[in-house]
Amino acid sequence: MVAQNIFFGILAAVVVVSALRMVTTKNIVHAALYLVAVLAGLGALYVLLTAEFVATTQVLVYIGAVMVLFLFGIMLTKAPLGDMMQMTGKQWPIAALVALLLGGVTVYALLDRFGSDRLVMDGPVYKTADVSDEVFSTYIIPFEAVSVLLLAALIGAIVLARKD
Amino acid sequence: MLLNQFLILGAVLFSVGVYGVLARRNGVMVLMSIELMLNAVNINLVVFGVQHGVVSGQVFALFIIAVAAAEVGVGLAIVLLLYRNRTSIDVEDFDLMRG
Repeated sequence: MVAQNIFFGILAAVVVVSALRMVTTKNIVHAALYLVAVLAGLGALYVLLTAEFVATTQVLVYIGAVMVLFLFGIMLTKAPLGDMMQMTGKQWPIAALVALLLGGVTVYALLDRFGSDRLVMDGPVYKTADVSDEVFSTYIIPFEAVSVLLLAALIGAIVLARKD
Repeated sequence: MLLNQFLILGAVLFSVGVYGVLARRNGVMVLMSIELMLNAVNINLVVFGVQHGVVSGQVFALFIIAVAAAEVGVGLAIVLLLYRNRTSIDVEDFDLMRG
C-alpha cells in the first residue's frame, strides 16, 4: 500500500511536470519528448491500476505510432526549431485563466463528491484475456465501428495529404 | 490509495491540455495538447473501472486510444495541407472566417 503510494507520487510528479513543460517549452521537438514522458508515466500508472493491456496498448500505439506521426508532422511542416517562431500566442494569460478556472472547478467538484473515498484495491484483476472476451462479446459492434472509423481515417488522411 | 488521487491527476492533465490548445500557436502543438486531454480522460475511465470492479473501463480506454490514433492521423494530414497551401502552421494566420 505504501509502495503504491510512493510510486503514484513519483509518476504523478513526472507526468504533471512533463505536461507543464510540454505546453510551455519553446522547442517543438522538446515538446514531443515531454509528451513521450507524459505518455510513459501514464502507461506506468495503468500498470499500477492493474490494467496491463491498456498499458501495453499505450506504449505500442501512443509512444510507438502516434509519436512517430507527430515527429513526421514536425519534420514535414518545417516547424522552426528554437525561439524563431514565438510558440505561445498573445492570448496566453486568458488561456491560463480559463485552464485554471476549469481545473479549479473540476478539482473542487471531485473533492466535494469523492472526498476521501478509498480506491477498491481487492477487486477483481482483469487480465488481457478478460479484456478480449469483453471486447469480442459485449462490445463487438463498437469494436467493428472503430475498425471502420480507423479505415475511414486512414483513407481520409491519404486523400488529404496527396500531392495532386 | 484514494480514488481522488487519480481523478485529480486527470483533471490537472486535462486543464494543462486546455491551456496548450488555447495558448499554443503551432498547429502540431495544438494536436499534441489534444492528445494530453484524451489521455486525461483515459485515466479516469481506467480508475473508475477498477473502483467498480468492471472491465468496461479498460475497454472504453482502448476505444479512446483507437479514436485518438485516427484523430491524430487526420489532424496531421490537415495541418500538412494547411502548410502546403499557406506555408505556415501558425493557427493565428488562419482567420479567413473572421467576421
